[in-house]
Amino acid sequence: MSHYPEGDALLAQINGRHRRGAIWRTLFLSATIIAVLVLIALLYNVVNSAFGLTAVENKVDPASLAVDGVPLEELSKEQLVNILAAHISTGLGRRLERDQLFFETQTVFEDPALFNELCASAEPPAACALPARSQEDVYRLVLERVVEPNVVQTWSLADSVLHRSAVLAQAQQEFPDAEISFRSWLTPAFITTPQSSEPELAGVRTAILGSLWVIAITIAFSFPIGVGAAIYLEEYAQPNRINSLIQTNINNLAGVPSIIYGMLGLAIFVRVMEGFTSGAALGLMDDSTTANGRTILSAGLTLGLLILPIIIINAQEAIRAVPGSLRQASLGLGATKWQTIWHHVLPNALPGILTGAILSMSRAIGETAPLVVVGASTFITVDPSGPFSKFTVLPIQIYQWTSRPQAEFRNIAAAAILVLLVLLLTLNATAVYLRNRYSTRMA
Amino acid sequence: MNDLNTNTNGEYAIEGNNLNIYYGDFRAIKDVTLKFKARKITALIGPSGCGKSTALRAFNRMNDLVPISRLEGQVLFRGKNIYDPDVDPVEVRRRIGMVFQKPNPFPKSIYDNVAWGAKINGFKGNKSDMDGLVEQSLRQAALWNEVKDKLNQSGLSLSGGQQQRLCIARTIAVKPEIILMDEPASALDPIATLRIEELIQELKQNYTILIVTHNMQQAARASDYTAFFNMGEDRAGYLVEFGETDSLFTNPQNDLTEQYITGRFG
Repeated sequence: MSHYPEGDALLAQINGRHRRGAIWRTLFLSATIIAVLVLIALLYNVVNSAFGLTAVENKVDPASLAVDGVPLEELSKEQLVNILAAHISTGLGRRLERDQLFFETQTVFEDPALFNELCASAEPPAACALPARSQEDVYRLVLERVVEPNVVQTWSLADSVLHRSAVLAQAQQEFPDAEISFRSWLTPAFITTPQSSEPELAGVRTAILGSLWVIAITIAFSFPIGVGAAIYLEEYAQPNRINSLIQTNINNLAGVPSIIYGMLGLAIFVRVMEGFTSGAALGLMDDSTTANGRTILSAGLTLGLLILPIIIINAQEAIRAVPGSLRQASLGLGATKWQTIWHHVLPNALPGILTGAILSMSRAIGETAPLVVVGASTFITVDPSGPFSKFTVLPIQIYQWTSRPQAEFRNIAAAAILVLLVLLLTLNATAVYLRNRYSTRMA
Repeated sequence: MNDLNTNTNGEYAIEGNNLNIYYGDFRAIKDVTLKFKARKITALIGPSGCGKSTALRAFNRMNDLVPISRLEGQVLFRGKNIYDPDVDPVEVRRRIGMVFQKPNPFPKSIYDNVAWGAKINGFKGNKSDMDGLVEQSLRQAALWNEVKDKLNQSGLSLSGGQQQRLCIARTIAVKPEIILMDEPASALDPIATLRIEELIQELKQNYTILIVTHNMQQAARASDYTAFFNMGEDRAGYLVEFGETDSLFTNPQNDLTEQYITGRFG
């Protein structure tokens, strides 16, 4: 007497098993679909604000400033300076001139004798050391101070495309003087110009450079230390109580909220090690910024601490995954432990180690909270010049823009998010490319 | 003070005296004494789990890699106990090579698989000396004709049997005196197995070979001496009988041996 179903009962039983499998399959498929939908929603949200119709009202119509039919942006520097002089107060003109001269040999707003006197004084204005402004620079000043374009309303990409006529009609009615045009907030100029208080003129140049500097220091600090610690823990550490305590702590550190690392960075790198992180101890302090300890170096080290446990854990797993047979083969030939690690364990673990580093780099580049605590600058127009400069990074810039009341800042925040995403993808793609190239060479 | 280098061999190439091997509290090998003649093949046979692989690994200190393992007794090689504190296991393994159960070539080119051991052991020749060493080792391992045109291909691209012969070539490239083989043919098909056995016979001219096998025909065909291990009541392995292969298989002194070689257990 068999305990198994036979005939129709067998078929029914098998069909039942297939059905259960199909149900699970559907569940997993829906999980994937949900994840994809969320991603699409995120991208839609960002892209929706980064492009769209805008209504711009100029205080002075640029066309009226044209000289003899030559449009504004093609005028010579002299003509532009004349326009500027005609529209702004002498006081503002002097201030601009003390920042940077308009012409090498003469002054426009300032009394030449007084200017020379100022340059000879104990605290000369910045202009004394700088070359004269370029034509583009003056053109920008004219836009900013004379034309004063003012975005009065922006519409989302979806509205701009789907309800274009309604939007145009509304704009016509509400802002009869405004110029309506389709605008991409993400432009080449957005990437190459520094921060500004005017959303139309603001860019992310300083933030991109800041992010790249910080991430470079983060990786340079945490990759060697993390891999070194992983090698020690996997290959050398004896399985005793102290080492298992260390291991447990590293695992837990990976889950500590990032703001805590910010507090740690503030206490150690910014305060205690100020002499080192500000560059003063090395005689490299960046005079023009007076960042104290709130420098790129402090930020990089703080993020380095943050990703250190992640790098260690991933590297440990990669090292553990190297087959024991390989180690035995190497040792059996009379290789020392270090020769075995260097020639076999590390090369075979490298793809896994790099994967962990890539993941942690992605995390570090998007971190905001610890850098707020460490003291990232909120408004900075000077490019970071080295590890001892003041800095801002893209996520901080985005955070700051989204918290501004003017609607246009939300548009440039969206554009900055796109920049951040592209930067992240570029860095990751580079790292993945390097990893794959290396691992195919090994096999 | 390098005794492993200067001392001459006694009557035996290597001998284990009163070996007891523990994994933690568990005794895996109990009171084994085995002496191996130079340039002979000795097979270690016995049922699964009787500790013959553990015994084999004691002869080049591979058991050291298991942190909880511990050995009592002595292993004499060139008159020196290789477990003495002043002996470096790295030197022991350089002189007593090992071939493993599963072929484990390095994920490198065929050439580098053979050359690597020489490089890390301080091989002093130039490029052509190294080429010569690689060719000679591959010839001795009966692999040269099959791979001479593709030395730059990965060692992993070879078939299982070829990989195992590559591992043997790699082992003999560092000029050991003794080669330990831990079931070298158990992962291979019958034809590849036969080639390995022929190869072992060739190698006998230059090397002392200890081979663990669970294949009794292989032991009978390929070895000069046979050691039969069994597992005791306490699960510790012990040596039942040791002697010339012909006499052990035709005229076993111990009932257990007879039962085992006639296939009644194991």
